Amino acid sequence: MTEFLQLMVSGVSLGFTYALVALGFVIIYKATEVINFSQGGLVMIGAYLVYNFTSTWGLPFALSVVLGMLATAGIGLIFERIILRRMVGAPVFAQVMITIGLLFILQNLVTAIWGPDPLNLGDPWGVSTVTFGEVVIQVRQLWGMGLTLFVLLLFFLFFRFTPLGLAMRATAIDQEAALAQGMSSKRVYMAAWGIAGATAALAGVSIASGAASLSPEVQFYALLAFPAIILGGIDSPLGAVIGGLVIGITQSLTAGYIGDIAPWLGAGFESVMPFVVMVLVLLVRPYGLFGTPEIKRV
Amino acid sequence: MLTAQGLEVVYRDVLIGLRGVSLQVRTGTIVAVLGSNGAGKTTMLRALTGLLDVHKGKVTKGSVDFEGTRLDRMDASAIVRAGIGQVMEGRRIFPALTVDENLRTGAYTVRSKAKIRENYDRVLELFPKLVDRRTSTAGYLSGGEQQMVAIGRALMSSPRLLLLDEPSLGLAPLIVEQITGIIREVNAQGTSVVLVEQNATMALSLADHGYILENGRVVKDGPAADLLADKDIQEFYLGVGDAGRKSFRDVKTYRRRKRWSS
Repeated sequence: MTEFLQLMVSGVSLGFTYALVALGFVIIYKATEVINFSQGGLVMIGAYLVYNFTSTWGLPFALSVVLGMLATAGIGLIFERIILRRMVGAPVFAQVMITIGLLFILQNLVTAIWGPDPLNLGDPWGVSTVTFGEVVIQVRQLWGMGLTLFVLLLFFLFFRFTPLGLAMRATAIDQEAALAQGMSSKRVYMAAWGIAGATAALAGVSIASGAASLSPEVQFYALLAFPAIILGGIDSPLGAVIGGLVIGITQSLTAGYIGDIAPWLGAGFESVMPFVVMVLVLLVRPYGLFGTPEIKRV
Repeated sequence: MLTAQGLEVVYRDVLIGLRGVSLQVRTGTIVAVLGSNGAGKTTMLRALTGLLDVHKGKVTKGSVDFEGTRLDRMDASAIVRAGIGQVMEGRRIFPALTVDENLRTGAYTVRSKAKIRENYDRVLELFPKLVDRRTSTAGYLSGGEQQMVAIGRALMSSPRLLLLDEPSLGLAPLIVEQITGIIREVNAQGTSVVLVEQNATMALSLADHGYILENGRVVKDGPAADLLADKDIQEFYLGVGDAGRKSFRDVKTYRRRKRWSS
């Protein structure tokens, strides 16, 4: 039982991290219908920027995180303003290829500046843990979950109650009709990339905190967040969170029990499992768990 | 209030949408624009509201003047701010949003909370039917209710000029009558209206002045009452013949032509 709880806790924590990464994908997809493959790169550079602020410049950690989020949001804005804005109306395929190109640029930028070796992010949590009963939880996992929940709350409030949030939803549904209401698509696209950048940096912090876990590998979390968004429905923020949790828990439980149940599947099967779950869900619900099928009267 | 002069619109650099359309709307009046499919009615509205870009269209000649400001160089957002609201063809409400949220989208350009509140109350007063539907998903409303949401949404920015593109499209005659009443009411409250319609009877009975578009040109314009009485218009747009129904044999629409040898 303790083992199960332990696995669940790390699964949920991992799931929240995936959720943060997935939210970045979802928000850009919802606004611009582009799957932004450079999201992993934004996650990575966000984490490195925070490292730069806190370890190299010696700023307080909390301030560094905020600065890192702002800076990564800025990178997102620059991508949108300089490159993707010009591609509006171009085939989606071309836009997706451009985001892959941006990913490569970010990868090389990071290794050129900070090198390929693992670094300490410089977070105050380190490897300290707290114990509930017999379940051991890392402090950084608790912080990661708390911050994700906070961001989710902000997302909810933003989309529900602010004019810009409403404009983003309206533009996602019908761009021309949104324009006719006086909404500016440009502002909506910029907001989407900015928000995606900020959440990416936070996700980067949550992934790279702990001992020597800041390395260019951080970007590959984005690939594993992929089944999460597809599973949750690519245009649904709630789906991203649920999808992230499903994938996180699946991965954690698979890693814990696969040796006992089906050792012939081999070590490392937990990174395959998310994709298995994704395929199974898509067979039943082709638009994901929470994706919107078109709303129509019948 | 609004003067368009010699508007020429080209889509994708090749396709001509309008060939020099001029139009005038006097403050407080209703202007009807009639024409068959492809005559350029919607293109004309797009030219007035800055929505041509989305369709890869451009105003290549002519100008639009709205109370002293030139609209043809402004983008859609600025035009809404200048005081022009529009109801697009086919309603184009946001189906996944609630009725309330749809109305709020219309108030995007309005900064003052009090003004939004005032407009919102005014819209619900105009459309008492929507009061119970405020939290329903707009996509599930009936066609007539959706049209009400669309008109209400356009009114949320308190426009001084309202452009309506085929508000009667796909609605039952009874609902069309309601919509007609609402347009009259909105006009009476001080909003000028441009009404683009295929339903000529409805449009001309409402309007003060009418324009007939054909092939991207204004082929006729005049006071609505004169147009209603015009013989040609009665025949082509109102379906009234000289002596009841005409035989199709008398309506010669094309001439036999030899194509390959002359």
